[in-house]
Order: sequence, then structure tokens, then C-alpha cells
Amino acid sequence: MNEYSRKILKVPTYTLLREQDKDKLPVLDVRNLGIDFGGLTAVDSFNITIGPTEISGLIGPNGAGKTTIFNLLTSVYQPTRGSILINGIDTKGMTTHKVNKLGIARTFQNIRLFTDMSALDNVKVGLHNEIKCPFICSMLHLPPYQRAEAAATRRAMELLDFMGLADVADQKAGSLPYGVQRRLEIVRALATSPSIILLDEPAAGMNPSETTELMHQIRRIRDIFHIAIFLIEHDMNLVMNVCEAIAVVNYGRIIAKGTPEEIRQDPAVIEAYLGREEEKA
Amino acid sequence: MKKILGNKNTRTNLVTYLVVIAAFVLVKACNSLDMLNSSQKGYLVPICVYISLAVSLNLLVGVCGELSLGHAGFMGIGAFAGVVIAAVLKDAVASDTVRLLLAMITGGLIAGVMGFLIGIPVLRLRGDYLAIVTLAFGEIMKNIIGNTYVGMDEEGFHMAISTSKMKLGEGGKYIISGPLGATGVEKLATFTMGFVLVMFTLFVVLNLINSKEGRAIKAVRDNRIAAESVGINVTAFRMKAFVVSAFLAGMAGALFGLNYSSMTASKFNFNTSINILVFVVLGGMGNILGSVISATVLYVLPEAMRSLEDFRMILYAVVLILVMLFTWSPKFKEAVGAASEKITGLFKKKKEVVGNE
Amino acid sequence: MQILQYLINGISIGAVYAIIALGYTMVYGIAKMLNFAHGDVIMVGAYISFCVTNYLGLPSIVSVIAAVAVCTLLGIVIEGLAYKPLRGTSSLAVLITAIGVSYFLQNAAQLIWSSSPKNFTSIVTMEPISLMGGQLVITGEVLVTVAVSIAVMVGLTLFTGKTRTGKAMRAVSEDRDAAQLMGINVNQTISTTFAIGSALAAVAGVLLCSTVPTLMPTTGSMPGIRAFTAAVFGGIGSIPGAMLGGILLGIIETLSKAYLSTQFSDAIVFSVLIIILLVKPAGLLGRQVQEKV
Repeated sequence: MNEYSRKILKVPTYTLLREQDKDKLPVLDVRNLGIDFGGLTAVDSFNITIGPTEISGLIGPNGAGKTTIFNLLTSVYQPTRGSILINGIDTKGMTTHKVNKLGIARTFQNIRLFTDMSALDNVKVGLHNEIKCPFICSMLHLPPYQRAEAAATRRAMELLDFMGLADVADQKAGSLPYGVQRRLEIVRALATSPSIILLDEPAAGMNPSETTELMHQIRRIRDIFHIAIFLIEHDMNLVMNVCEAIAVVNYGRIIAKGTPEEIRQDPAVIEAYLGREEEKA
Repeated sequence: MKKILGNKNTRTNLVTYLVVIAAFVLVKACNSLDMLNSSQKGYLVPICVYISLAVSLNLLVGVCGELSLGHAGFMGIGAFAGVVIAAVLKDAVASDTVRLLLAMITGGLIAGVMGFLIGIPVLRLRGDYLAIVTLAFGEIMKNIIGNTYVGMDEEGFHMAISTSKMKLGEGGKYIISGPLGATGVEKLATFTMGFVLVMFTLFVVLNLINSKEGRAIKAVRDNRIAAESVGINVTAFRMKAFVVSAFLAGMAGALFGLNYSSMTASKFNFNTSINILVFVVLGGMGNILGSVISATVLYVLPEAMRSLEDFRMILYAVVLILVMLFTWSPKFKEAVGAASEKITGLFKKKKEVVGNE
Repeated sequence: MQILQYLINGISIGAVYAIIALGYTMVYGIAKMLNFAHGDVIMVGAYISFCVTNYLGLPSIVSVIAAVAVCTLLGIVIEGLAYKPLRGTSSLAVLITAIGVSYFLQNAAQLIWSSSPKNFTSIVTMEPISLMGGQLVITGEVLVTVAVSIAVMVGLTLFTGKTRTGKAMRAVSEDRDAAQLMGINVNQTISTTFAIGSALAAVAGVLLCSTVPTLMPTTGSMPGIRAFTAAVFGGIGSIPGAMLGGILLGIIETLSKAYLSTQFSDAIVFSVLIIILLVKPAGLLGRQVQEKV
């Protein structure tokens, strides 16, 4: 296995879909990323480059470090080594909210909605930085604030409608079905006008028809918003169908990168990941 | 559906304003009919002050979830700043009301600046550590105010930290004399101004709760990491909330300071901070109308029990403990829950109007 | 030479703070609550000791034992009546209840013993040690206080490290639910913690009043707040942290009174605290916990 990882590491860090995002600055450029927790190396030598309209997947067995990578990308953790560039800007030392303003938004594996708020308000929290008016205006509810707030409500409704959630806008987020909550998290992330969105197991807990629906929606997000999507998923059907490029990690290191076809045939992947899955099935 | 939800907030706010206005009108009417004795009249301004303090502290503790144990410090800054300004402007500004307003605004501004300074550590600390920093800050403020001398003579304004350093000219007068505090203060405070202060405090705090800032604060409390992931700057709000809260407390302090002829810094100690916190917690965290009511009741209660003399504070303590047990204990809540289920829907509707969202 | 004398005085008062802070830290670490009534338990302990020696004429060692016994009982009763019913609810609710208990104890003491100060006779009968031709005086109180605080710290460390009950305490402090699932009686463990904390408070009360001989119903509140800051200073929940925080606080207080300003010593002490927390947000020996995402 070490043979493979050594070979794979030589893969250049330009995006896999050179045709599609030709001559464009990659939205995400990660070089030699690594983090140690105490003495334990959770992620090491992680390299990936994602073009501005690419849908890519990050797969790997449980505990491979996928969510840790997302946490690094969104500055929830600070990396021990390496650098992350979002739209060409190094995020070193930045806080999560600053990184979001650079254009990266995410969802969470264990859904993190604002459970006591309505779905609409959840999205409006996402729109927070879009509502531009001075603090004094919002403190005293002056007309400019009221206009900005009304515009935000309209925008939030549009976004909810886009994901087919307009009907549940007034319901408490915590009371919504699991699949709906996952989609609401995507809407909330979209509300921050990101240039790349990270989806952490978006299909987890969804039934097959919901998953199919989600696949369409992921493509639509890319096509309509023209943004990049980077997702972690265990549902191979979704990954192979939606993603245009896939990176496979195991023990915190990339063991393969390529198009879905290449990944399917990669012996290292089969050994580390898919192989085991097939045996079980 | 959305309309109804939106209305519910507005309705709760409206009820809060109406309760305060009705109370003001009622007290004014009683006063004009000579139904209040002098000691009851004496409660009016402090009640308004404590309502403002409780509401502004609720913004921090109830809404933002930041335990602050130094609110009396801001109150003290406001009080002494207000007293000084009122004395300095004595000849320059003829109208007492304008002078009082200026004193309150200055008190608020100075307290707000201090709120900003204390906000800097607040940016880095959470929970109990924040509580201890605010406690420390309150003690520092008390200590500094209690050792400051401020005086005025023909040459103008003097300020020092010991009597020996004060070079007051002939005919000069101390406004604040260190541990002895402020003496000979002109009592400018009026109940009407107290009412205005309460309304202003409510206006600011309720608007803030129902603005995008309030929504963001709620989001942060619900799920900090998710809030940060959508670009909410947690520390920026905590800072703003601290400054606003301190500003309001400073204004209330100025009104308080100008309600008594003399005042010492020890009035603004840890116990006062704790008392305000008790108002907030008993009134309900984040429940603004609750703060208004509990501040009023809990201020009047010990005063009304004065006839019990030595037993008064012990009774207050027992009442406090019992109320906490009855309102928070899960076992008691279960019993209440079972009982209230038997009560008809009519009562429930009523409850919805008053209860905070 | 003078500075050495100040240092000794600082360590002496600091050792008292340390004993109180140890109680605070134990209770905070295990019950996760700020027990604001802790300072008033100190005061009760001191009054009991005062009554036993002055009214009953018994030897001081008996008075200390009586104070410890009464305070332990008091701690268990307070915990059972006022805090236990609120277990698992908002920590602020418990905090306010603790404030209620604090008011109750202060006012009850005022009713029983009146608000006029009592002159506490030191329980230590040892002669002061004079060093370097009388330039440096170490009183018996200093020696006893320091010895007791060290003994308490070592005792608590051994207790939480070696005994079954102590291990149960650590487990409860780490994860209450998991401890419960492992068959630990959480309620009993918390009660035990309160009993230990209150016993320490009694000892601290007697030593405090031996060092500073005025006894009033409010005697405990300021040292209580000071000790609380000391516990935070050292990293709340940490036993050696409480000791370190207490001693440092005592030294800073004494030195700032001696060299900087008597009036502003409070402001100086608390400013140092704020600065320390800015540099080390979890206190000197505390550890930072990271939230799992």
C-alpha cells in the first residue's frame, strides 16, 4: 500500500477536470496539509485542487480522516503543516467565520441546524453578512434595516424554494424529517454565497428516492450557482454518479485520485475500501 | 403562518411596552390622588433604575448567555460620571431635565467605553472564566471610584487619587471625595425620567433581540460551530452586546446617582451585581417582561418587609431559594405540567400571549 | 529583609485562600457549580469554633473538631435541600440558589451572633520564631496555616488519586452520564464532595480568623470571593492549581499593599487576575477542552 501512496503523491496538484475549468484560478488549493492530535497523525500530506465549477468527492473508510479534512478546510482545526488556499488566499490562522467570508461553506455530518429556529430563520442566519446595515440601524430598527431584512426574507424564500423547502419555511428546524434537515443545511450554506460548498455525508439517513432527488439537486446547485462542490459520502452510487473527480483517503493520506472510472479500477482503492465493501456484500 | 409567527414576537413586545406604560399611568394617577406615602414615592426612581439594569443585564445573561457578575460596576461608573457632569454643568445648563439627560447620556457613554475595555478580555473567555473577569472588573471599578477625588474651583475641574494631590483653590468644592463618596448631590432624578429610561432600555433591547444581531446571537447559542461556519462573527456580537448593556447600565446608574444626596462607591459592590442577576434569573432568562416584573417585585419585597426587621433578609433568602426550587426543579415542573394539562385550552391561549417566544 | 517578611505574610494569607480555594475547586470540578455560599460556611465554622472555646471553655483542638463536624453536616444539608433538586438544570439556577443560601447563612448568623464583630482568639499557641536578630518574624499561625494547606493539598491529591470514592469523584467530574452508566452513585459522590469542601471551609474559617482576628457575619464573603478568584487563577478544577493560585494571590495582595498602594490593592489583585486569564485563558494549571465537531 505504501508503494501506491508514494506513487500517487506525485500526482500534480492541478485540477483533474482541466477542460472544464481551464485557465481559471482553482477555488480550493490544498498543499501538503497535515494535522497531528497529540502524537497521532490524523491527516498527512493531503493535496487537492478543485476548479471553480467542479463536483468532487472525498471517500475513504470510516476513520480515514475525511471529516477532519473538512474541519481543517473550514478552520475549525488549525493545520499542523501545509497550506490551504481559498480563491488564492491562504487561510492560515483565520477563524471559521473569516474563512466562510472567503467563500467556503459547509454542512455537517451530525446535522447542526439551529433547532429552535424556523427553517426560514436558519437560512436568514446564513444571510447574516448579506444584510448590510450599520449596527445602530438594526438596534433602533430604522427603515434601512427593515428594507434589508425584507430583502433577506425574500432571498431566503427563493433559496428554500430552490431546494423544494418553501413549504416548511415556518416549521422549527428541529422538528423536520431527517432528509429535509440535511437539505436545509445545504440551503443555509448556500445562503452565504460561497464559491465552494463542502457537504459532509449529505445522503446519510436518506431513503433511495430522496438520494436520487439529492443527486439532481447537487448538480443543479453547480449548474445554477456556478460553484464548486466537494462532498464526503459513503453512498457509492451517489459518489460515482455525481462526482466528476474523486479523492480517496485512508489513514489520513490520499491513496488515489481520479475520475470515477479510474477510482473504480484502482487496485489500492479496491484493497483499502471498495474491496472490503464488496466482500461484505 | 409566517405572519402569525412574526406577529407573536411583536405582540409579546407590545404587551411588554403596554404593561410598563399602564404601570406608569397608574402610579402617576395614584400620586396625583395623594395615595402614596413618602417612602413609597422614594421607591419609584430606584425601581425604574433596577428595571433598566435587569433588562440590560438580561441582554447579556439571558440573550447572549454570558454570565456577568460586574453589572454594578457599570452602574457605579454611570452614577459617579452622572453626578460629576450634573455638578459641572450646574451653571451652564439651566434646565434640570436637560442637565439630567446630559448626565445620563454621559454616564452611559463612559460606562459604554468601559464596557468596550472589559469586552476585550470577553473576546477570549467563556462561561465561568468570563464571570470571574466581570466580577474582577466590578471590584476594580468599585475600588477606583472609591479612591478618586473630583473637585471644582474657579480654575475648573480637578481630579486626583488622593487628597494631598488635590489642589483645590479658594471656594473650591469636592464633588466626589474618595471613600466618602459623592456628597451634597443635587437630586435631579424624577419618576418621569425613570419611565423614559425604562422605555428607552426596552426599545433598544427588544429591537436588538428581534434584529439580525439577535438572530445571530440565538444561532450562536444554539450551535456555535454551525453559526461560525456560516460567517457569524461570535466575538463581534458579544462585544456589541457588552457595550450596549454597559451603556444602558451607565444611564441607569446616572439616574440612580442623582436620586440621592450622597452616595459611596461601596453601594456598587458585588452584592448589587448579584441582586440584579437575581432579578434576571427569577424573571426568566431572555424574558424581558419577566425582568421588568421581577425587578419591581424583588425591589419592593424587602422594602415592604422592613417591619420584620432582622427577619427580613432571612425571609428574602428563603423566598429566593424556594422560588428557585419551584421554578427550576424538574420534579416540581413535572407536577406543574401534569396539573396544567388538566386546565382548559383557554388558559393556554392566554399563556401564549404573555410567554416569551 | 522587609520583602522577605512581606513574602511570609503573603504566603500566610495565601495559604488560607488556598484552603478555601481547594474547597471551591473540588465542588466546581465535580458538581460543576459555583458555590457562592462556600465563603459563608467558612464564617459559620469560625463562629462554631469561637463559641466552643469562649462559651464552653473547651480546648481549641476540640473547637476545630466541632467546627469541622458542624460544617460538614451543614454542607450535606445545604446540598441535599437546595442544590440536589436542581441537579441537571441550568447552572445559573443553581448559582442563584447558592446566592440565596449565602444570604440565608449571613442573616442567620446575624440573628444568632449579632452583627457586632467578635474578637477571635487564635487557636495557635506556638511562640513566634524570630530569625536574623528579630528582623524576620514567623508566627505560629503562619507555620500552622502553611502546614495545613500543604497537608490538605497532598491529602486531596492522594484521596482523588488512590481511593475508590476519590476515583469516583474524578469519573463524575470527567463525564457524569458515563460515570452513572458505570454504576457510580453520582448523587452520593456529589454529596461527599460537598461534605469534604465544607469540612475544608471550617478549617479555613478557623485559620482565617486566627490570622485576621475579627469575626463578623460577613467575614467569609470577601475571602470567599478572593479564594474563588484564586481557584480560577490556578485553573479551576485543578487541586495543585488552587494551591498555587491561593498562595500567589496572597503574595500579590501583600506585596502590592506594601510597595504599590494600600487603597488600590484590590484593583491591582484583580487586574493581575484578568491579565493572567488573558494570557492563559484556562488558568495557570487548567487545561483547555476542545469541542468535538
